Amino acid sequence: MQATDISQAILDIIASIAPDEDLSDVKPSVRLRDQLDLDSMDFLDIVMELRKRYGVEVPEEDYPKLATLDSCVEYLTPLMAGK
Amino acid sequence: MARYDAIIIGAGMSGLSAGIRLAMFDKKVLILERHNIPGGLNSYYHKKGRPFDVGLHALTNYAPKNARGAPLTKLLRQLRIPWDALRLCEQHGSEVRFPDVRLRFTNDFEVLRQQVHAAFPHAADRFDAFVRFVREYDDVSLDAPQVAARPVLEEKLGDPLLIEMLFCPVMLYGSAVEDDMELGQFCTMFKSIFLEGFARPEGGVRTIIKLLRDKYLELGGELKMKRGVRRILEEDGRVTGVEVEKVTGADAHVEALPPGEDAVLEAPVVISSAGYLETLALIEGATRPTDDEFPVGKLSYMETILVLDRQPRDLGIDQTIVFFNDSPRFHYRAAEDYADLRSGVICASNNFAHVTDPLPEGILRVTSLASWDRWSALARPEPYASVKQRWHDAQVDALLRYVPDVRPNVVFSDCFTPRTVHHFTRHLRGAIYGAPKKVRTGLTPLNGLFICGTDQGFLGIIGSMLSGISIANARVLQPAAQGASHASS
Repeated sequence: MQATDISQAILDIIASIAPDEDLSDVKPSVRLRDQLDLDSMDFLDIVMELRKRYGVEVPEEDYPKLATLDSCVEYLTPLMAGK
Repeated sequence: MARYDAIIIGAGMSGLSAGIRLAMFDKKVLILERHNIPGGLNSYYHKKGRPFDVGLHALTNYAPKNARGAPLTKLLRQLRIPWDALRLCEQHGSEVRFPDVRLRFTNDFEVLRQQVHAAFPHAADRFDAFVRFVREYDDVSLDAPQVAARPVLEEKLGDPLLIEMLFCPVMLYGSAVEDDMELGQFCTMFKSIFLEGFARPEGGVRTIIKLLRDKYLELGGELKMKRGVRRILEEDGRVTGVEVEKVTGADAHVEALPPGEDAVLEAPVVISSAGYLETLALIEGATRPTDDEFPVGKLSYMETILVLDRQPRDLGIDQTIVFFNDSPRFHYRAAEDYADLRSGVICASNNFAHVTDPLPEGILRVTSLASWDRWSALARPEPYASVKQRWHDAQVDALLRYVPDVRPNVVFSDCFTPRTVHHFTRHLRGAIYGAPKKVRTGLTPLNGLFICGTDQGFLGIIGSMLSGISIANARVLQPAAQGASHASS
């Protein structure tokens, strides 16, 4: 998967978790939590959706690496290679 | 033999919400419901062609679309239900009414704040400080310590009348404890009533129940109606499944399962919304806690519902909900007589802003504390029916102390008692808010058996749904996510 695809995959997951949020202007370098009102329950959902949709396991200690879209791409690129 | 990842007891708001969460992440889930209608405490029925609600007067915790950090926002996200689907209609305005003081409030907290400042000028600063305290209090963590609210209110507010006036709606809408409340629960209810406020889903409680049920089924969850749990099965302290029974009719008559249907269903996880003691009673050989260790709830209600030939507004009734009490001291205790009409709640279901469909007829509901002992001792159909008629009339008289005489405009009326609450919820003694002690963690003496709903302790409509979500997350989904990641790392 390409960087832009990973970024879109994360946005798609957020769109399904938070259908009322406006995702048209999410800044890739700003913490998702700061622009989108996501809490720890929502992050659990992102992790579970990654597993459900792409078979990617994110261990609890790596949750901080999902803080921004940029860091998601960086962290998930090797894990999602070939998916 | 049928096997599931999880079996949930009860298709009320908490059970359906837990079911949605588990089904969303591909668990094979079954919900068992004794009734032919889902909803439990917040359910609905038809009589003489009219739809009626049980339980819900209003949804508390109202929040506008996308309100940051609001319980309603969190809940909708977790269930992936869009805000618009609830079709929420905001209240016009409500009131706490004591003999010499009335406190009006709306979904704009500033209204109540000014009312308190005007009626209790000497306590104005203390009230503001108290509200800050409530806002910051962590009332949602599953392992918060349990503290009594009354001493805290006495210390922080000082004024006895103000304390009673704040306790009145908060207790009537959620306390399972006589004359007091656990502080976290008080804060939850205070926020949900005063800081957030009331709305009514258009169509009433069935709008929410139908949304939850449809979502659950759409995600592949299984739902069996008219199926109760006869026993919870265990082996060496671990739950293994349940034994099912068929329940029919208004008297909850139990009969044999149809041929070919499995009586024993296996699951490593059972989440029960039946109440803590009620759930323990289903485990064969389990010792029931003594009344000192875990008392049975004592508080139940009766309610009269009047159908009017015109809108309450046309009869001079403008308020949405009125919490009344006829003396400076509010008594929140099990009624000694059939009902305690000194206090209660009046709800005009029409007095919410309507989105598209206003209610065709006027609906006034009046609710008061009632005695389980007295109502449950009556034989049916008589004298139960005639005693019910007598107390229905007495409850209308109590109502008329606060509203103009609506009797000439009544076209139909109905009444429920603690027996009705018991029928819908199966709570011991028809205890509307369950047992006074809450089990926040959801844990029981059996591994794999958890409780959600009333006795887990999140209150109100939103609370009940959050209860199911929290228990599903904390006890099933989170351990699975972490277990899997630990295994892979």
